[in-house]
Amino acid sequence: MRNVAVVGVGETAFGEHWEKSLRALAVEAGIAAIRDANIEGADIEAMYIGNMSAGKFIGQEHLAALAVDQAGLVGIPSSRLEAACASGSLAFRQACLAVASGEYDIVIAAGAEKMTDLQTEDVTTTLMGAGDQEWEGWLGMTFPGLYALMARRHMYEYNTTREQMALFSVNGHKNAALNPKAQFPFEITVEDVLNSPLVADPLRLLDCSPVSDGAAAVIIASEDAAKRFENPIWLIGSGQATDNLALHDRKSLTSLRATKIAAKKAYEQAGISPEKIDVAEVHDCFSINGLIALEDLGFCERGKSGKFVEDGNIERGAAVSINTSGGLKAKGHPVGATGISQIIEIVKQLRGECGKRQVPAEFGLTHNVGGTGATVVVNIFGKELKERWV
Amino acid sequence: MVHRSSVPMHWRLYESRYNLVGNKCLVCGEFFYPSKIVCPNCRRRGILKRVVFSGKGKIYSYTIIRNAPRGFEKYAPYVVAIVELDEGPRVMGWIVDSKISDIKIGRRVSVVFRKIYEDGKEGLIHYGFKFRVIDEK
Repeated sequence: MRNVAVVGVGETAFGEHWEKSLRALAVEAGIAAIRDANIEGADIEAMYIGNMSAGKFIGQEHLAALAVDQAGLVGIPSSRLEAACASGSLAFRQACLAVASGEYDIVIAAGAEKMTDLQTEDVTTTLMGAGDQEWEGWLGMTFPGLYALMARRHMYEYNTTREQMALFSVNGHKNAALNPKAQFPFEITVEDVLNSPLVADPLRLLDCSPVSDGAAAVIIASEDAAKRFENPIWLIGSGQATDNLALHDRKSLTSLRATKIAAKKAYEQAGISPEKIDVAEVHDCFSINGLIALEDLGFCERGKSGKFVEDGNIERGAAVSINTSGGLKAKGHPVGATGISQIIEIVKQLRGECGKRQVPAEFGLTHNVGGTGATVVVNIFGKELKERWV
Repeated sequence: MVHRSSVPMHWRLYESRYNLVGNKCLVCGEFFYPSKIVCPNCRRRGILKRVVFSGKGKIYSYTIIRNAPRGFEKYAPYVVAIVELDEGPRVMGWIVDSKISDIKIGRRVSVVFRKIYEDGKEGLIHYGFKFRVIDEK
């Protein structure tokens, strides 16, 4: 297998894009990535696109063909990947594996989602498709509800407090305030979180990532092809893993087994330990999942994430800078685009292009979760190419 | 949503949802609810046998749903829990007929048969299990 690098990135702003269609968002992100890489569309040999549920959100399937069609790239192979909120990372991994295999030298991996065309109740129902429809969705369960069950259990087992969870959202908003692409570019306080309406006890509105529209794309090149690019960022470790689909089938509600498996693989490939990670984008679809990620990724001990956050360890420039983009909570969460967008933030941090939210970084990590953890992808990126990643 | 009005989709789950019927692997001894198609421990070597669960267990975690999905708006707020059945498996269901102050992790519950939702004025009426808090230790 060959080494691969990210050589171009581009994304739309995340938010409520009532004036833009899914196809327009996807093309906007793709063109931005192509421009950033300084290549021609004709250089792209294949496309991979992550999308959770265009079929339910806008009635559109066959998205892979639509995307190449609208981008003026008809003819090349194009594939859509789906793993709920981890769809973007699946597209990225498949693109990387295809380049690593030797089949292609330059491909594009994208993610896109258009969520705001539906009313909230229908968005809630559609997102529940990421869970077990026969045993969770049928009885009126929701995604905030599933994560609330995890939060309640984390509070019960480890005395994690409501304030500690709120601090995760506060950190995201603090960073989003410096990100022009963020849906919510403003700061909030712990009191704001604790006074926001209850969605699914104990989770409140400001514990939850929003409904968003957006798209993101990256250009991936083989080691040989990457040499002609200015600032390639290398994928040095990547892991993908699964767990039971239904939350009630899991042995534990306070740890995602798939994160641990994927992270172990990624750290082993990269040949580094969690302490070496300077900056990480973790999947805070709900504040509690951000805390659980800190534990499962090895940034702190199991059950200690609340204290870890309280002590300021996730702020910019601290032990590990978490969600400098704002994260899912404050940057926004157009589900299919999220995994690619996380990668873009890490690439820009490693390139040193993050402006006011820039942190010193040699190694960065992305953590993307599908559903309540039935699919997880962990990627590790480095500025230098030291070891083969596969 | 189309899937909610599909008669066969719900009909094939009636026995399981109405009577809490799951299964057990005779090789490894683990109980499953809902029924497994293949034993996840023994896979093809497993032997799965139909089991009617006692319907008793304890609350493992719970939440109160306040923003309901389509079709459940009129029921909100409602309590959904993961219940650990006495036989071992955990299952998701509503907690009803109980004081909110009695709903706590570890509290004993027993199954009750209830309406789950109505698919509009002319669609299917779906029934299944819910749980209520009981006094026994």
